[in-house]
Amino acid sequence: MPEPILLVEQLSKRFGGIVATDQLSLAIPPGELHAIIGPNGAGKTTLIGQLTGELWPNGGRIIFNGDDVTTLPVHRRSALGLARSFQITSLFLDFTALDNVALAVQAHAGHSFRFWKPVRAERALRDPAMAAIERVGLADRANILVSRLSHGEHRQLEIAMALATRPRMLLLDEPMAGMGPEESARMVETLRELKKELTILLIEHDMEAVFALADRISVLVYGRVIACDTPENIRQNAEVRRAYLGEQQVATRHG
Amino acid sequence: MTVLSLRNLVVVVLLAGLLLLPIYAQVAGSPFLLTLFTRIVILAIAATSLNLIMGYGGMVSFGHAVYLGIGSYAVGICAFEGVESGFVQWPLAIAASALFALVIGALSLRTRGVYFIMITLAFAQMAYYVAIGLDRYGGDDGMILEARSRFAGLINLNDKTAFYYLCLALLFATIFLVWRLVNSRFGMVIQGARSNERRMRAIGFPVYRYRLVCFVIAGTICGLAGALLANFTDFVSPAAMHWTRSGDLIIMVVLGGMASPFGPLIGAVALLALEEALSGITEYWQIILGPMLLLIVLFARGGIDGILARLRHA
Repeated sequence: MPEPILLVEQLSKRFGGIVATDQLSLAIPPGELHAIIGPNGAGKTTLIGQLTGELWPNGGRIIFNGDDVTTLPVHRRSALGLARSFQITSLFLDFTALDNVALAVQAHAGHSFRFWKPVRAERALRDPAMAAIERVGLADRANILVSRLSHGEHRQLEIAMALATRPRMLLLDEPMAGMGPEESARMVETLRELKKELTILLIEHDMEAVFALADRISVLVYGRVIACDTPENIRQNAEVRRAYLGEQQVATRHG
Repeated sequence: MTVLSLRNLVVVVLLAGLLLLPIYAQVAGSPFLLTLFTRIVILAIAATSLNLIMGYGGMVSFGHAVYLGIGSYAVGICAFEGVESGFVQWPLAIAASALFALVIGALSLRTRGVYFIMITLAFAQMAYYVAIGLDRYGGDDGMILEARSRFAGLINLNDKTAFYYLCLALLFATIFLVWRLVNSRFGMVIQGARSNERRMRAIGFPVYRYRLVCFVIAGTICGLAGALLANFTDFVSPAAMHWTRSGDLIIMVVLGGMASPFGPLIGAVALLALEEALSGITEYWQIILGPMLLLIVLFARGGIDGILARLRHA
């Protein structure tokens, strides 16, 4: 296996008495699309929080591309090439789609203490932004206020913004959340294209999408990785089945 | 889209009116108008600077008048100590305001929402009480400015018309500056942080330092307005930075239209002209003005400028 681009070692995070991340280790080689699945409350969002820097772990290390980023602030990790999309759509609603993505380009085009030149005339920002928007299929919606776009379009735009920061690696937090089957299919296509160039860590509930896209899958239960393998092997794994079966029984009892 | 929408028409008429006002005041024989509008123009500069942080940046400062006070005290204290040159007084007013904004901003911008509002208010009130304690400079009575700032014969501030045009030129410069700022890379960061701060961090912006620079720019401009205000009233007192004055500035911005280049000017004209007109009718003019403001804030998001923009589509 080549040197991993993302290496997580013995990561731990506690909230009071609750252990949300329990001695978690993970190694993702460049070019891999690695999916993380797990029942609700398994600690997926807590893990993403620690990878992006919104949460600091109580123990362990996160190495990204050779740098120890464990305690680096959010914006510095982004600068190193670790981009994320949000589980709940998080855009600049009062900007146009193009302005949203151009801002993401700007974030990685030197400092922004430039006070005078009209930003919307800067080809160096607009062109790459437009390119990212085209890649997710929103070219004809570029100049529309984001608050007027549909949910599916928001999700596509999320990806475009992550792309526009020219990342080495994408962290996608449930990109298909709340999508209809048609929109999901379109997103799977987009991700399949991106997968050719980028390392992707995908957290997703849509199992069909996960098994269609992932090179390897890690299964997270109670903050620990109980299995990490190819989709075929995960499908056969008895422990994984038990974890999911367990969740279903709980759900039935409550529902 | 027509170039001369109703909204643009109103702005053009307003600007032309402001330019021609001294002539009208002369012809109509009402020098009082010139005084009223000099005051409006100075406060419009302050409101425009507040709009930069509040309207575009989402930083609701409830202590913005503190820079009016610092600017005027810089001029007042200089004059009292025998330094009458505007070339010293005004840069000092600007520098003192910038420094103060840097300190207030560095601390208050670590908080959000109501806490930010309360901390900016607290700093302004602190400065207010410090000014009251300055016995050498008149304490809570304030002090009379013996002479207006001197500019070595370049411009005579005692000439009311010249002074008015100086204020007006500075107002136009401020509006132009803010307009350029908000459409620059810097402006996008400021507005992005208002819209979605968490996302700004995620895509790689260290939001705090941009906000702080924005906060200092706004405070600096308002400090200049303070220097003008001292020269206009020939008087310096703690009242210039009382929290009610900060409230007036917020009302001007909200009334005229937040995040609109000419909104604060429209708001300043509307508020002060209404105050003037209504106080001519009744002693209890606030009873009329209050509900009017409430209605505009409740039913016209985007203030007067927002109404004008919508009328174009109607």
